[in-house]
Amino acid sequence: MEAYHQRLPLEGEERFPSGCAISGIFSRAGNRFSGRSAITSISVMHDRSNGLGGGFAGYGIYPEYKDFYAFHIFYYGNEAKRMCEEYLEEHFDLINLSKIPTEKHHNITDEPLIWRYFVTPLPTKLANSQLDEKEYTARCVIHINSVIKGAYVFSSGKNMGVFKAVGFPEDVGEFYRLDDYKGYSWTVHGRYPTNTPGWWGGAHPFALLDYSVVHNGEISSYDANRRFIEMYGYNCTLQTDTEVITYMIDYLHRRQGLTLEEVSHVIAAPFWSTIGRKSEEEQAEYTYLRNTFASMLITGPFSIILGFNGGLMALNDRLKLRSLVAAEKDDMVYLASEESAIRIIEPNPDRVWHPSGGKPVIITLNK
Amino acid sequence: MQGNRREQMKRVYVNEQWCLGCHLCEYYCAYANSGQESMVKALKDRTINPRIKVEEKNGISFAVNCRHCNEPLCVKSCIAGALSQVDGLIVIDASKCVGCYSCIMACPYGALMPNEEGVMQKCELCTTNTHGKPACVQGCPNKAIVFEER
Amino acid sequence: MGINYLYPDFEVHRDREKCITCRVCERQCANEVHSYDAESNRMVSDDTKCVNCHRCVSLCPTHALKIVKTNHGFKDNANWKGDVIQDIYRQADSGGVLLASMGTPKDYPVYWDKMLINASQVTNPSIDPLREPMETKTFLGQKSSKIRRDENGKLITKTDPQLALNIPIMFSAMSYGSISYNAHKSLALAAQKLGIFYNTGEGGLHEDFYQYGKNTIVQVASGRFGVHPEYLNAGAAIEIKMGQGAKPGIGGHLPGSKIGEDISKTRMIPEHADAISPAPHHDIYSIEDLRQLVYTLKEATAYTKPIIVKVAAVHNISAIASGIARSGADIIAIDGFRGGTGAAPARTRDNVGIPIELALASVDTRLRQEGIRNNVSLVVGGSIRSSADVIKAIALGADAIYIATSALLALGCHLCRTCQSGKCNWGIATQRPELVKRLNPEVGSERLVNLITAWNHEIKEMMGGMGINSIEALRGNRLMLRGIGLNETELQILGIAHAGQ
Repeated sequence: MEAYHQRLPLEGEERFPSGCAISGIFSRAGNRFSGRSAITSISVMHDRSNGLGGGFAGYGIYPEYKDFYAFHIFYYGNEAKRMCEEYLEEHFDLINLSKIPTEKHHNITDEPLIWRYFVTPLPTKLANSQLDEKEYTARCVIHINSVIKGAYVFSSGKNMGVFKAVGFPEDVGEFYRLDDYKGYSWTVHGRYPTNTPGWWGGAHPFALLDYSVVHNGEISSYDANRRFIEMYGYNCTLQTDTEVITYMIDYLHRRQGLTLEEVSHVIAAPFWSTIGRKSEEEQAEYTYLRNTFASMLITGPFSIILGFNGGLMALNDRLKLRSLVAAEKDDMVYLASEESAIRIIEPNPDRVWHPSGGKPVIITLNK
Repeated sequence: MQGNRREQMKRVYVNEQWCLGCHLCEYYCAYANSGQESMVKALKDRTINPRIKVEEKNGISFAVNCRHCNEPLCVKSCIAGALSQVDGLIVIDASKCVGCYSCIMACPYGALMPNEEGVMQKCELCTTNTHGKPACVQGCPNKAIVFEER
Repeated sequence: MGINYLYPDFEVHRDREKCITCRVCERQCANEVHSYDAESNRMVSDDTKCVNCHRCVSLCPTHALKIVKTNHGFKDNANWKGDVIQDIYRQADSGGVLLASMGTPKDYPVYWDKMLINASQVTNPSIDPLREPMETKTFLGQKSSKIRRDENGKLITKTDPQLALNIPIMFSAMSYGSISYNAHKSLALAAQKLGIFYNTGEGGLHEDFYQYGKNTIVQVASGRFGVHPEYLNAGAAIEIKMGQGAKPGIGGHLPGSKIGEDISKTRMIPEHADAISPAPHHDIYSIEDLRQLVYTLKEATAYTKPIIVKVAAVHNISAIASGIARSGADIIAIDGFRGGTGAAPARTRDNVGIPIELALASVDTRLRQEGIRNNVSLVVGGSIRSSADVIKAIALGADAIYIATSALLALGCHLCRTCQSGKCNWGIATQRPELVKRLNPEVGSERLVNLITAWNHEIKEMMGGMGINSIEALRGNRLMLRGIGLNETELQILGIAHAGQ
């Protein structure tokens, strides 16, 4: 019947490769600024998107609620909202809930219900589960996204939030009124998918807890990565590269306890010939990481900006098949797919450079 | 002294442990020296008289041909001056050979023999035919015959 | 004569125009097919003895010979085919079990030929293997499930023992006894040159080959032939042979005629007595017994060697593999029903077991469902015939591949499937010295190195085409495969979509 009526598959039912644009802005001093710069930056890279997806991640935007998890949720239908809220009440203390304020924009249509909840795990439930708070929350989010039809948690970190939709990113920024938010770190993504996503969950960034990833490229290792990470309780329902990359980083960084450098030695491991030229001790370390987590190596072009509470990490694939430019001025650090996207918001940076393939650029708040 | 150059010359050597006694070397030698293009035309309905011969007994076999000795007894014994050594290679000038058989008696390896015309013949490492590399080496199916310096 | 006359399967055709009566065919046929008739000065052949091994055809200097399948046959019958009828005649004659060699020739589906490989285009770039690094290095063994740090916060990099492979291909088990000394030498030399491994099979390790120990996997099979402490410590890994793809459920069989002094010494058994391995290991009747043997071997080798458990692909292979993964084994080797053998009952070889493609897919899926895929490495064999099969196997989930028939073909085998007679004209499946001579290990090992090198280049080409530059990113990457001409069940078991989807 579906083929007869020519309904397009929804993202998640099928895998849609895409091309993109990304950008990131960070204040080492922790100064908070509005989302306007991110909007300006991404608008210069308009032609890298095709209007079928755009999104932002802001850090430090909810200082009054910084100890609570901020859930941003899409609802397709009231029934989904009802079921999801029932689940949330069983597992969390709801501190505050409201619709996310939006402004009508002629280019953004077919929006679902978009709600925001500040929550904390119910103490008795948490104790019974014998999990730490983060694992508990992550599992609940994954449960909602896999099981509760029509509800999708697209942001679940503390003192941070993702804002995304189907549309050009600069329009999405206006739609969510990002001028009203102030954060010390912003990342933004514009998407060029090859198929119409059909719903908003597929837009980027992808986030789990406080990890958010914006990604430009299409990885060839996707299914090898997915079939491995799904062994550890993750469910790749969107079938996007960004989703699987975020899950792998969550697993390696949060659950295995690797440092971000070590994470990059897994997902963008150097070639064996390069490892062979290092000191014996380093060789043992690099070989151990690459061998133990072999199926998490990412091949194919990618350039990602990972956001987390307190910092950003930018990383390219080993062959540097995608562009990524970095710049600094005073305490501000800029990352983008193109230099023009940096110069439009900072015309005179102190330093501009192109990070090497496979070498992470890690930026954190000054202590 | 021509000693150095002779020692560096490539010769045909046999690794006896790999010889299967199949006699293919004999047929390839006969064909190479026949002057014919096709092996069938060269050898059909003929008894071959090759310059390399397989010796076999009790399960051991190996092919024997001219050793191109550093101190060739055949050259010393030739009364007509038909045999000579050129850059280590022992060659026969058939026009000078008188068929006295002295070289046959002198050679300790039995490497010389009369051809169909009664003139002496021996392995000349396929330098006098169109083959280039020794045909017995090319034809051996088990690398029992090799062409190398030792 | 009469009721027990079986018309020969093959006819020797000699082109009289081309034959120069050199008698090479006569000298080289161990089955005594060809002979020289001095009176008529012609070669004559006895078709009844020909096994179609092509030795004479390959050596004839004027290419005067060819072997042709006879067109003498029974009346056309889609059910009672000629070979089925002849098998009954043979059994009525002998009262015995029909023996057969090499892999089953029956017309079962070959799933490798029904899967297609992807290439990158437009949305994702392909990679040029001639100009960019293309890595096929693999480690086989148990991986850590949780990282640990020392008191300084440095990663502890000690792991369970691993096998490092330059290319994800190894030579599968073929016993000394079923194949010759020179065949083993060729395999050992090639494995050393390529940086991979060969397998002793159940015949033990000849003392001359201990020098290649770093590239040897020693096998412990149900007969425990040649198993002693030096043997276990001589190799780089130990393989417990629980089953073999060609003959699941039964043990090995080496006829007494093939057991001379050397074999007897190596296997630690009496000369000229048939060596029949027991069907099960008589100390492994349940999965927990296997765990005991795994740890016994680890203790005997001070936990320095990875332990491989080799099983035949049978119906409940997923459950078996899951059990093995929890038994302490480091590597699971699965052998599909198309695998070869030196000798096996024909009925078992042709009817028992399942294809490796399906076994691999279901084992890989099951281990991932249970979250234990990273506890073991998977090696698969059972008729891997080309580099394309290797790519498909890795995409389905294999870590490395075992080849045996392909290796023998490189050494000169022509798949005449008469190994059990011990008269292999190519010097491979025989112990007769005059025949073993025919396989010169210098030549044999060079051909094996050529084969694997060629396959490695092709693997890199196909990887580059898919936009992958390290083999681990292909492992289990099922989206890189599509089925063609497969039904829904087959697609579902293989875990791949159909071409066009």
